[in-house]
Amino acid sequence: MQVALFFIFATLAVAGAVNLLVQRAPINAALSLVAVMGALAVLYLLLGAEFIAFVQILVYAGAIMVLFVFVIMLLNAQPDEASHRSRVARIIGVPALVALLVEFAGFLATQFSDSPVRMGEYISSTEDLGMALFHQYLLPFEVTSVLFLVGLIGAVLLAARREDPPAAMPTAVSSSSAKTTPAELVIR
Amino acid sequence: MSEFFGPNEWFVSRPLAELGIFALGILLLDYWFRRWRPGLTPLLALLGIGFAAIPTRQIQLAVRQAPLQAFDGALRVDNFAVYFWFLFLAAAGVAVLTSYRFLEIEEEPQGEYYALLLFSVIGMFVLAAADELIVAFLGLEVMSLALYVLVGYLRRDRRSNEAALKYLLLGAFSSAILAYGMSLLYGLSGSTRFEEVAAALARQSTAQPLVFLGVAALTVGLLFKLAAAPFHQWAPDAYQGAPTALVGFMSVGVKAAAFALLLRLFQTALPAQRPGWAPMLAGVALATMTLGNFGALLQNNTKRLLAYSSIAHAGYMLLGFVAGNQTGRYGVLVYLLVYTFMELGAFTVLVSLRRRGIVGDRVDDLNGLMHKAPGSAIMMLLFLLSLAGVPPLAGFYGKYFIFLALIQTQHFALAVAAVLYVALSLYYYVRLVAAMFTGTATESAPLSYSAGLRLALGALVALTVLVGVFPEPMLRMAHNALIGW
Amino acid sequence: MIPLSYYLILSAILFCLGVAGFIIKTDVITVFISIELMLNGVNLSFVAFSHFLRDIGGNIFVFFVMVVAAAEAAVGLAIIIAVYRNRTTLNVDKMNLLKL
Repeated sequence: MQVALFFIFATLAVAGAVNLLVQRAPINAALSLVAVMGALAVLYLLLGAEFIAFVQILVYAGAIMVLFVFVIMLLNAQPDEASHRSRVARIIGVPALVALLVEFAGFLATQFSDSPVRMGEYISSTEDLGMALFHQYLLPFEVTSVLFLVGLIGAVLLAARREDPPAAMPTAVSSSSAKTTPAELVIR
Repeated sequence: MSEFFGPNEWFVSRPLAELGIFALGILLLDYWFRRWRPGLTPLLALLGIGFAAIPTRQIQLAVRQAPLQAFDGALRVDNFAVYFWFLFLAAAGVAVLTSYRFLEIEEEPQGEYYALLLFSVIGMFVLAAADELIVAFLGLEVMSLALYVLVGYLRRDRRSNEAALKYLLLGAFSSAILAYGMSLLYGLSGSTRFEEVAAALARQSTAQPLVFLGVAALTVGLLFKLAAAPFHQWAPDAYQGAPTALVGFMSVGVKAAAFALLLRLFQTALPAQRPGWAPMLAGVALATMTLGNFGALLQNNTKRLLAYSSIAHAGYMLLGFVAGNQTGRYGVLVYLLVYTFMELGAFTVLVSLRRRGIVGDRVDDLNGLMHKAPGSAIMMLLFLLSLAGVPPLAGFYGKYFIFLALIQTQHFALAVAAVLYVALSLYYYVRLVAAMFTGTATESAPLSYSAGLRLALGALVALTVLVGVFPEPMLRMAHNALIGW
Repeated sequence: MIPLSYYLILSAILFCLGVAGFIIKTDVITVFISIELMLNGVNLSFVAFSHFLRDIGGNIFVFFVMVVAAAEAAVGLAIIIAVYRNRTTLNVDKMNLLKL
């Protein structure tokens, strides 16, 4: 049962990922990635990572990919055309990558073949995760707040329609009407 | 206070908190007062940097004898970390001083710029003190994400947009590779702490292919950030498109942060891997010097030229890492410090060339600078000679210790190659100098000096010359940074 | 009774397909989606190791990778919108203002 589940969803994930590469239209690529994420969420459940599985669906597939789809729709992104660069990359890059992958898979298989993973053997509960997150991993958790703030500012700043000329922008002349402190003079 | 957030944690996170509070304050006050007090935000940013320097100094005094571990081992604040913290603060301070007039000319908002700058410094702080893979990853991401936005800050400028896009795509790609490397190391060692990773890997055979791949992925991710060959392609594009006032900070800060992590990783997490990696990194360093120096020969854009030269500098610094002895590490630290002055100095002169209607980033724009602004031309000359490593200036000491370390560890071929490349680099630096002193100016618009830019330029030129003549205090700083290593 | 190596090989396959997408695709959004695929491969490897090692650290790492992916996506898509507004192309090969 477990083995069957693994193979069904592993196949689904790989199929989704291959589809992502084959499809030309960005919207199809985005939707294939959603399929990959859904399949991975099931695998996370098999591995006892409940919280991660739900977050994968809710946040990753639900929120982040919706953002992608939204931008694709907004920009009306068209199917891409093959260019010289992509042909060269396809001829040289892909075989090299496949060779690397086969080699790597061989190493992984020899190193970890005798380490079976059983469902339900170890469940990282949401409680454990929360305890770890707010105790040992308190600092990274706080740093993520800075990360999100940067993301927020960046997104608003870059995607916002610019006002031209920006009314709020001071020019060197207009600012002289306000009283300038000596400290401000230093910075100019 | 709980057991996980005690006095130690509070003490160590104070500089981070100061920077964060000031960044938030900048955003808020910018929103309220930008009409009446446009100069307020850079002042606040400077104030924030100053306020962060105070607890950093206190921490420096406290960790002199023994390092401080905080957040259950996530951060390890030692002399090494504090050295880098001061370097980041200095670079950010110069960036703030030079940015106001530049942004005014570009007609871009001021507030968010300084806030993002301080946020990226927070990322660098975390990165330099990280003693754990997760914290290192997040620090790197905070730094990079803020810089992606800052590179694309000139929204009207297509070059800036494109530069941001290229930087972001390659940056995100390299972070993904880095994360994969971290996952392999985590899986093989069972922990994310550097010391436990080292202990676990020491028990396994060093020739293990998976360890090799994990370290390779991690190193590749960091080499991307360092702009080392063959992952240097983004640097000239990103530098050319980014706001000039930011490029110096980017070049110095990101390199320093990436080197801090690289040195610490191979010192504490992967000491057993270092011997196996040195030859490969020697190849990378050689390729980096080659591509950087030859690339710089072909450029007609000053920012691109300096970008390629910064790639070459990353190559020299990697040589210090390849040598791998105490002198080598010491050389890297000295190099990063002097590089901070001279690189920021050269870019500050370029900032003053940006005037209304004149982009000022072609080599031709330097023509006749000697007649128009002799002071600027002479300072630029000093910075360029220092970058080339001409003896009485600060840049010489960086190269001196790196070469010394190479000779001590019998890497004669590498030392000879590096010396040859230094000689080659003179050619393109002299090309800029020749443009300044012999060319005739095509326009006569005065340079855009602000008081802040003058202050920054004065300080940088003073440091470049003084450190060159009296290197003692600086060398002692770098020496102290390595106490306990 | 699935060997850990199966999960790891799956993760390596997803990661490499992501790298392939990054290399061969010319459309910016698809390139960005390929990076997300790489991160998904990384996440699977972390969760598998976390289960194998009976250690919560891997799960925590996945949590942070997702956070980073979200922040990167927000900024990245904003940059893509800014580029599109000025150039109306999404083909990376046509973004050639920054050349020698």
